[in-house]
Amino acid sequence: MQKTKGKSPFLKGLIDGIPIALGYLSVSFGFGILAAAGGLSAFTATFISLVNVTSAGQLAGLNIIIACGPLIEMIISEFIINIRYALMSITLTQKLDDTFTTPRRMISAFAMTDEIFAVAGAQKGKLTARYFYGLMLLPILGWVLGTFLGATAGNILPESLKNAMGLMLYAMFIAIVLPPATKSRAVAVCVSICALLSIAIRFIPLFSFITPGFSVIICAVIASLFAAWRFPVNTEEENENV
Amino acid sequence: MSDFKVYIYILVMALVTYLIRAIPFVLFRKQIKSRFIKSLLYYLPYAVLTAMTIPDIFTATGNTLTAAVGCLAAVIFALFGKSLLTVAAAACAAAFACDLLMKLI
Repeated sequence: MQKTKGKSPFLKGLIDGIPIALGYLSVSFGFGILAAAGGLSAFTATFISLVNVTSAGQLAGLNIIIACGPLIEMIISEFIINIRYALMSITLTQKLDDTFTTPRRMISAFAMTDEIFAVAGAQKGKLTARYFYGLMLLPILGWVLGTFLGATAGNILPESLKNAMGLMLYAMFIAIVLPPATKSRAVAVCVSICALLSIAIRFIPLFSFITPGFSVIICAVIASLFAAWRFPVNTEEENENV
Repeated sequence: MSDFKVYIYILVMALVTYLIRAIPFVLFRKQIKSRFIKSLLYYLPYAVLTAMTIPDIFTATGNTLTAAVGCLAAVIFALFGKSLLTVAAAACAAAFACDLLMKLI
């Protein structure tokens, strides 16, 4: 983080957004392929990505469109799958500085994805609107472009490269979590509990009814509740870390 | 489904998604005082990232070995405090190289 100290907030946001954008490019590529396979035009598929910018919600929505499901199913599904964003939005409001006016909040909220939330949330100090704009720009472009490419030219990219690109998002998450976890025992305990819960939910047949989206919410909330109860952050630490 | 209906569905989907994101983001203005809630919000981003990464990272490339090699590269680069982009690129390159090696052998 020190290395980027001299850069403008917008530029720093842009740079932090590159791995998210590349990760999105590969993920939305897959979405584009699925949408084309479901009979949607490349334009329609790209439009879905442009106005939604969400992975799980779009996949569910796409399936409802392909199956000609009722509109109410669309509303309920999107609400349940995306309700986590409300939690993320509230969390981030605590870090916003004075540059976040109402119109800027309305623009920024459009790009509240898990990844952008987490990268922004793990920043030291307050968030500026300029940083957030920089952070959201490339991931949105990557998401839209990837969908278009997937829908039009899904089979051009070599399989092994496509597969390797699937790792980028996760590797970026590791880069965010690991440094603070090696410095703070509290963060280390929190993420260890979270990882164990996540593995348990995935592999214990009893929990097979829990969808991946819900699993993330359940694990993250339980682990954070435990950490907050056991290791409450103090004011000085919070000035330094939050 | 007609094109018109498809676009109605897409716009409804987009509206629901946007409102869930925007309403709390725009309306929530006060600073939370509770130390417990503050702590909870401090830990939440790290926990969310962890839950998204594990165990999904090991199936992300379609091959557990290449994924594990990529993951190991990410861990090493992250421990050395490299930037997000460097870590992501290193993992991608390691998994790609591992995949090529496996094809050669």
